[in-house]
Amino acid sequence: MLLIPCPFCGLREESEFTYGGPCRDLPAPDGQADAAAWSRALHMGQNPRGPLRELWYHTSGCEAWIEVTRDTDTHEFIQGSQT
Amino acid sequence: MGYSAFSILGHALTANKHWQAAVGTPQMRTSYDAVIIGGGGHGLATAYYLAQQHGITNVAVLEAGWIGGGNTARNTTIVRSDYLLNSSFRLKDFALGLWADLSRDLNFNLMYEPRGYVDLAHSDGELEHFTLRANAMRLGGADAQILTGDALQERVPELDMASPKRFPIAGALVQEAGGVVRHDAVAWGFARKASQAGIHVFQNCPGTGIKVRDGKLQAIETPKGRIACDKALISVAGASTQVAALAGLELPLNSINVQAFVTEPVKPALDTVVNYNAGYSYVSQTSKGEFVLGGATDGYSSFARRGSFERIEDVLARALQMFPFLSRLRLMRHWSGTADIPMDGNAILGPTPVEGLMINAGWGYAGFKATPAIGHQMAELLATGQMPELLQPFAYERFALGAEQDDAGAGPYPWLH
Ligand SMILES: Cc1cc2nc3c(=O)[nH]c(=O)nc-3n(C[C@H](O)[C@H](O)[C@H](O)COP(=O)(O)OP(=O)(O)OC[C@H]3O[C@@H](n4cnc5c(N)ncnc54)[C@H](O)[C@@H]3O)c2cc1C
Ligand SMILES: [Zn+2]
Repeated sequence: MLLIPCPFCGLREESEFTYGGPCRDLPAPDGQADAAAWSRALHMGQNPRGPLRELWYHTSGCEAWIEVTRDTDTHEFIQGSQT
Repeated sequence: MGYSAFSILGHALTANKHWQAAVGTPQMRTSYDAVIIGGGGHGLATAYYLAQQHGITNVAVLEAGWIGGGNTARNTTIVRSDYLLNSSFRLKDFALGLWADLSRDLNFNLMYEPRGYVDLAHSDGELEHFTLRANAMRLGGADAQILTGDALQERVPELDMASPKRFPIAGALVQEAGGVVRHDAVAWGFARKASQAGIHVFQNCPGTGIKVRDGKLQAIETPKGRIACDKALISVAGASTQVAALAGLELPLNSINVQAFVTEPVKPALDTVVNYNAGYSYVSQTSKGEFVLGGATDGYSSFARRGSFERIEDVLARALQMFPFLSRLRLMRHWSGTADIPMDGNAILGPTPVEGLMINAGWGYAGFKATPAIGHQMAELLATGQMPELLQPFAYERFALGAEQDDAGAGPYPWLH
């Protein structure tokens, strides 16, 4: 069971959360990025073995989207970021 | 020497001292016609079919760990072809046909048991969707049945259909040709035959570098030395992202943990494979008597091969909805594998932007059933340079083209597939 550090509620159990996946750095929706850039941003480069910036939704808690950095190898949360 | 009742008796007389190793310890050459990175079921099947179908034996298979240490022997051994999309269905149905004869071809008992796959639907809407899927399968030439009520109870007498449930059982899609195959035998059977044909299988020997010049594959680096080659296949399942990166290649997938467990062995009670669809829990009983249970992924990116109780509890709760008697059994073993799950939930197969470098990735927690088909088709691709028709829908470029093959219709969220 992961214990997820919610910046508003403290350490809470995984079962209270919904996964939002790795953070995606999407291009600005200003019509400047081409199809290849969009495809890359949507599909690629989000699978590190190590620290990963990701989103969780605290469904059964404060109902906030939070951003955490977690090591995908050890499941350790690296504190510091919050949304 | 072949395996037979006589060879067992013969070796018994000499105290089993003279069995030949199934896979030798070959001397590495400085170049091969083709290099296969990853000695799982898929990579080894590709090696076998390269020799058997195309007479190509100057081939090296590089396995970072030991044969059968990856997802090949971590899966729940279920084989079936009950997929909605024609592309998915055809590839798995081709595999189902191959499983039937493989034990004889490989002289290795793979224990393929077509004991039927029963996929439970929990609402009228879901059953209607399953009927669509069954009809699509029938159009493709496979057998599929929709069973409800007494007919389903008769097919799976142990299934608890009577007591009130959060997710009642509305019916099931049944594919009688589906079943189970002994997974470690698959890895060893292919490895042994490929070795006998002269293919070099290296254990404890990872691919550590992929040399590319002017967009063309030059060589694969290993701890045992550098191998010059102009053709290679990456077939490393959970490690796909990391190995593809050696060639500067990005893959549209996430690695996610998937768990499985077995109970203590008991007398035969269940002679088919049953899957609970409201959240997934698939149950079968091995020939030894253990119940094998698996479910959905852990639901978040992970390479840990270590699962959390969250999912164990969840899978068991669902299993008990189907088979309340399981509550009396103890879990005996539990393990995980790293599943490589693409943005549309389907495999990524064929040429990459690097000339000569092929990929077989993204099988997630559904690729065991496809093992012989992938070996057969990847061997054809490596031998002829032509992309076989069965593989075409799964090309690497499909993501950029918006031609996703999304059986579940879940979108670019690998943890939901
Ligand atoms: C718990 C679980 C249950 C599953 N249940 C089912 C099921 O019931 N039915 C089904 O069809 N599928 C199932 N699957 C999926 C199936 O197991 C995989 O899709 C399939 O085994 C992947 O192909 P493979 O056999 O070649 O992979 P693997 O056996 O994982 O082979 C890949 C190999 O590559 C090696 N490798 C990694 N890095 C390197 C490197 N740098 N150099 C050389 N070698 C390297 C690894 O050590 C590994 O042995 C399940 C998976 C899991 C984890
Ligand atoms: Zn919170």
